[in-house]
Amino acid sequence: MDNEKQYLFDNPKNIQRVLYLLYACCTLLVILDFVIHRHVYHSWENLPIFYPIYGFVGCVILVLIASWMRTFLMRPEGYYDEPEANDNNHSTPTSDADATSGHATDVKKDIGDRNVDA
Amino acid sequence: MWMLELPPFVLFLIGGLIAATTRGKLRGALMIAIPVISGLHLWTVPEGVHLQLMFLDYQLVPYRADKLSLMFGYIFHIAAFIAIIYSLHVKDTIQQVAAMLYAGSAIGAVFAGDLLTLFVFWELLAFTSVFLIWARRTPQAYSAGMRYLIMQVLSGVILLVGALFYIADTGSISFDFIGLEGIAGWLIFIAFGIKCAFPFAHTWLTDAYPEATPTGTVLLSAFTTKVAVYALARGYPGTELLIYIGAAMTCFPIFFAVIENDLRRVLAYSLINQVGFMVVGIGIGTALALNGAVSHAFNDVIFKGLLFMSMGAVLHMTGRINGSDLGGLYKTMPKTTILCIVGAASISAFPLFSGFVSKSMVMTAAIETGHDWVWLMLLFASAGVFHHAGIKIPYFAFFAHDSGIRANDPPNNMVLAMFIAACLCIGIGIYPAALYSLLPYDTGYNPYDATHVLAQTQLLLFSALAFVWLNLKGMYPPELRSTHLDVDWVYRRLVPNALQRMFAVIWRVDGEVRQAVLGKLNQGQQLLTRKSKGAGSFISSTYPSGNMVLWVAIILAAYLFMVFIG
Repeated sequence: MDNEKQYLFDNPKNIQRVLYLLYACCTLLVILDFVIHRHVYHSWENLPIFYPIYGFVGCVILVLIASWMRTFLMRPEGYYDEPEANDNNHSTPTSDADATSGHATDVKKDIGDRNVDA
Repeated sequence: MWMLELPPFVLFLIGGLIAATTRGKLRGALMIAIPVISGLHLWTVPEGVHLQLMFLDYQLVPYRADKLSLMFGYIFHIAAFIAIIYSLHVKDTIQQVAAMLYAGSAIGAVFAGDLLTLFVFWELLAFTSVFLIWARRTPQAYSAGMRYLIMQVLSGVILLVGALFYIADTGSISFDFIGLEGIAGWLIFIAFGIKCAFPFAHTWLTDAYPEATPTGTVLLSAFTTKVAVYALARGYPGTELLIYIGAAMTCFPIFFAVIENDLRRVLAYSLINQVGFMVVGIGIGTALALNGAVSHAFNDVIFKGLLFMSMGAVLHMTGRINGSDLGGLYKTMPKTTILCIVGAASISAFPLFSGFVSKSMVMTAAIETGHDWVWLMLLFASAGVFHHAGIKIPYFAFFAHDSGIRANDPPNNMVLAMFIAACLCIGIGIYPAALYSLLPYDTGYNPYDATHVLAQTQLLLFSALAFVWLNLKGMYPPELRSTHLDVDWVYRRLVPNALQRMFAVIWRVDGEVRQAVLGKLNQGQQLLTRKSKGAGSFISSTYPSGNMVLWVAIILAAYLFMVFIG
């Protein structure tokens, strides 16, 4: 097993296969929605393909809102570590570039606690 | 096996002593033996009150077993067993002792039949578990542990005050249905709520759990919040407020989970989300809903433990846990990858996995009792949990871009622990009747009807489709090295900063006032000196002593005046 070994998803074709499988399953589920007679508890469930639409739209909205939340919730990685450094600008959002500034300290931290329970 | 009066936590306390005094393989063997023996014994324990003591005219009940407490007793034994296997390689005595005592405290709490015993174990949970955080031995872990301890002790103190009010009101200390009546009911409710990670009181969890050791987090995720769920199920079933609190708990953490970089913090947010389902079930309070809450707690301990174990394995082997640093680990950690996916499928409630057979009970109960909007929120949360815990965790750790890290699968004991948990996830999913037979009520519920299976599969696969679509469009928020603010910002930044500024102003004003007063005094003194220049020449030739004589004269005059009017 050398480093040159090709793993399963190193081949883009395999990724495509997984995606096609997902698309096929989704199509099948939509078709089944019209075939299987469902007993419903609620009138909303009578809408055709209610669950697929709700799942898809719900997740897209979830991600869009979460991305928007980043604009005012995100801080550099070491934000809570040095109280003095961020004293004066704690209420202003920081850019993505700032978010990567804590790199060096992070790596040190990772190595530092690595073998605590080895 | 032995006398019935011996509460199950005693064995774990003995286990703590054993862990403190033994080393190596012997310690490992004894520590595994304790949950096994205690669990087998518990299996034979019938319902009923098995131990009572009198304490200052009050009846303490340290050992009461009924279906509800036995159910939590079983799962805590299973969790302790799995977590001990997972941490067999750990040589840190503090962690091993803390693990045993912590598990014992949780088991003691669920068999407590009165509020004082509950309080004792409530506080013991806090004091034993904090060592699992501190054992990471980083500055971050130390301060997070401190904040954790303060919140937990605060919860305990509120519980004690509430219990004292309760005793004064009712004259009884037995721990049964309490309800939101009077100050006692509210105080105890708040105490349970803090430990249950209600919104705005949840930050101790997302703050501290990701800072604990890889093995410690597995234990933490199993016990504290589930004890709180048990306490709510015992004291507040059918409290309508809990439905809305629970629905909020299912929804708000998923937004944070989507943007969080630390994958164990993602799981901590998802833990709150899952506890939300249980809280909704308790709030609805019907037999089906309570069954759903209890069985979901049972399953959550196993699948959330499995997910924390898989991320703990990643942290243990690579030293990294941020999504931005990981990726491509499936190449060299295939076992961990598969076991993590089993946990992810379980928490997402895929049919044939354990989450499906318990979460659906709460959802069905919500719609049957006419809580339409709550049901829609739970449905959204189900899609969301698949998004962040079901896809994000395995995807960013094991797939995504290749990080170049080539870590191997973790030690065998870790793999074995994950394997046991994964088997339980699948076993319960395929044969839920075994789990249902342990539940407090018999509802004859069947999760596997065509409607339900189809609806859940549609919901999940189209959530997956949304993930794929967003990723292909480049709209999915990338994993970034960052901190995301949560409510804990209020007490970690806002209040300290406000206090700092307030004190800065106070010191400045104080300094200025002192300066001004001193200046005035000096002026007055100079004035007096100038006026008494003539007197100085004949009372004394030197300036200070003349001054002094003047002051003595003033003081004597004042004294005389006071005596006169007194």
